[in-house]
Amino acid sequence: MSGIPHDHYEPKTGGEKWLHSRLPIVGLLYDTIMIPTPKNLNWWWIWGIVLAFCLVLQIVTGIVLVMHYTPHVDLAFASVEHIMRNVNGGHMLRYLHANGASLFFVAVYIHIFRGLFYGSYKAPREITWIIGMLIYLSMMGTAFMGYVLPWGQMSFWGATVITGLFGAIPFIGEGIQTWLLGGPAVDNATLNRFFSLHYLLPFVIAALVVVHIWAFHTTGNNNPTGVEVRRGSKAEAEKDTLPFWPYFVIKDLFALAVVLVVFWAVVGFMPNYLGHPDNYIEADALVTPAHIVPEWYFLPFYAILRAFTSEVWVVQIASFITGGIIDAKFFGVLAMFGAIIVMALAPWLDTSSVRSGKYRPMFRWWFYLLIVDFMALMWLGAMPAEEPYASFALIASAYWFGYFLVILPILGVIEKPLPQPETIEEDFNAHYGKKADGAGSAEASPAE
Amino acid sequence: MMSQTNDHPDQEPASERRDFLYYATVSTGAVATGAAVWPLINSMNPSADVAAAGTVRVDLSGVEPGQRITVKWQGRPVFAWRRSPAAIEAARAVDLDELPDPVDETGENPNLSGEEPALDENRAAGEDGEWLIVIGVCTHLGCIPLGQDGAAVGEFGGWFCPCHGSHYDTSGRIRKGPAPRNLDIPPYTLGEDLQLVIGT
Repeated sequence: MSGIPHDHYEPKTGGEKWLHSRLPIVGLLYDTIMIPTPKNLNWWWIWGIVLAFCLVLQIVTGIVLVMHYTPHVDLAFASVEHIMRNVNGGHMLRYLHANGASLFFVAVYIHIFRGLFYGSYKAPREITWIIGMLIYLSMMGTAFMGYVLPWGQMSFWGATVITGLFGAIPFIGEGIQTWLLGGPAVDNATLNRFFSLHYLLPFVIAALVVVHIWAFHTTGNNNPTGVEVRRGSKAEAEKDTLPFWPYFVIKDLFALAVVLVVFWAVVGFMPNYLGHPDNYIEADALVTPAHIVPEWYFLPFYAILRAFTSEVWVVQIASFITGGIIDAKFFGVLAMFGAIIVMALAPWLDTSSVRSGKYRPMFRWWFYLLIVDFMALMWLGAMPAEEPYASFALIASAYWFGYFLVILPILGVIEKPLPQPETIEEDFNAHYGKKADGAGSAEASPAE
Repeated sequence: MMSQTNDHPDQEPASERRDFLYYATVSTGAVATGAAVWPLINSMNPSADVAAAGTVRVDLSGVEPGQRITVKWQGRPVFAWRRSPAAIEAARAVDLDELPDPVDETGENPNLSGEEPALDENRAAGEDGEWLIVIGVCTHLGCIPLGQDGAAVGEFGGWFCPCHGSHYDTSGRIRKGPAPRNLDIPPYTLGEDLQLVIGT
């Protein structure tokens, strides 16, 4: 693997040499785990490990749950209750799996916003960013189809609404929708294919994760300063970095333990807090729940989907220009997917040469506003589609697009960045007290 | 380059021949891949039994004036409503200009021979248009509108979709809210004996 110069694996014993000349797998693992990592990484960099843990947790609990689940419209709901009541430890496995999805999304959102603040998406890490977005999309697809499997009321009506989005595509939409569902409405064919794909997609995600890690192991990690690791020589690189094992692995595992304390508390004491009571009612094709609300992690994009009604002037203009082909419904679908596409295009929309938000005095405030905006959209997605929420949702949606399409391109031109440190070593020493006069080192002693 | 290798310099290089082989291989591969993938895609289309579950027969003779009943057809609800004279009158008093969707196309009302204005006369059935038969699926995102119990009928007396607030009138036409189209009408026949056959 190219990138930052560092020690490579050298087979020592005869057995190691025998294997290495035939399959250099130990060397690959060694180089991966020993990657030089910027030594100033802060706590926002722990979420990668949490995400890896989530993927393993979901696959392992999922495989076991499948041993007890029946993907048929007449039996699915009862088989989930069978898991809850009869299967040994089944209730815990299911609660771990259901809440594991929420932890997965908590972690991925923090991970994404960390990348947005510290400019991790910028050159040369665009591929890492794009792969990450593909992982995020795959996660959403997996989570959506997994939520359908218990065959409760929210499962059924969530599936109806979301597959209905495809029906909004002009001309071919209804054909696509029928093809997706395998019939005129959500039914047994839909449940079966969702089950199949729900089992498949996590392995696609695992493969994408390998590519994601491969990409940023080639470019090296970003870090809170956004300043690149010096790579003139191994000795120079070692001043800016520490090997991933053991330094960062131990730190990340400690953080994971703290996160899991909270996670276990939720699973143990409030396992249904993030769910909907309606999903404990078996699916009924003839009765729609009063409020169809998606899972919390879809709410921001659900709010954007609903924000663009036929009264909004952008929608009216789009409809007029296209001769009615783009109606309000299709516009909403385009906006929802567009919200993720503009985020994926951030590497090319951000014109600033400075990576880290720490040194961008104007950017910082727009970024904090984006966090508030995201939270507001999440809240609005759960509110009924009426005033004043509809107007708020429209404003919040406009800011989401404005941030990526207007603010990021303009800021790079008009903003005067703060001075950045020359090297990671300089930044590290400034923070952790290894100053030239030695005065800072005294700070560490009282804690001992 | 492979194509430049030539043992006989006085002859034309074999690059054209290699290019031809390259394009022929790629085209054959593309066609073969398409032929292999199509059955997999097509298998996800509605299966024969789903496509065949077409026809439902209902006896409407016991339905009281003003009563609404729900029939399940192809996994979806069909609303049958024996409308009161007031409801019929309300539906027929509406001017076409007031409708967001003033035209019913063939796919939306298969009982008509072609595209027709969304007049109540074209949408209703039976003597004096007493019967209204519509598919009870909101044309916005597929929720089931409320109103079959006669309570949550919305601002125009027909149905109200709770998901995103679409209001339908007593002819099942969209009047307010995000839904783009009037409620669809299933293919059906309703004889003198009030035997309703949906999906003929």
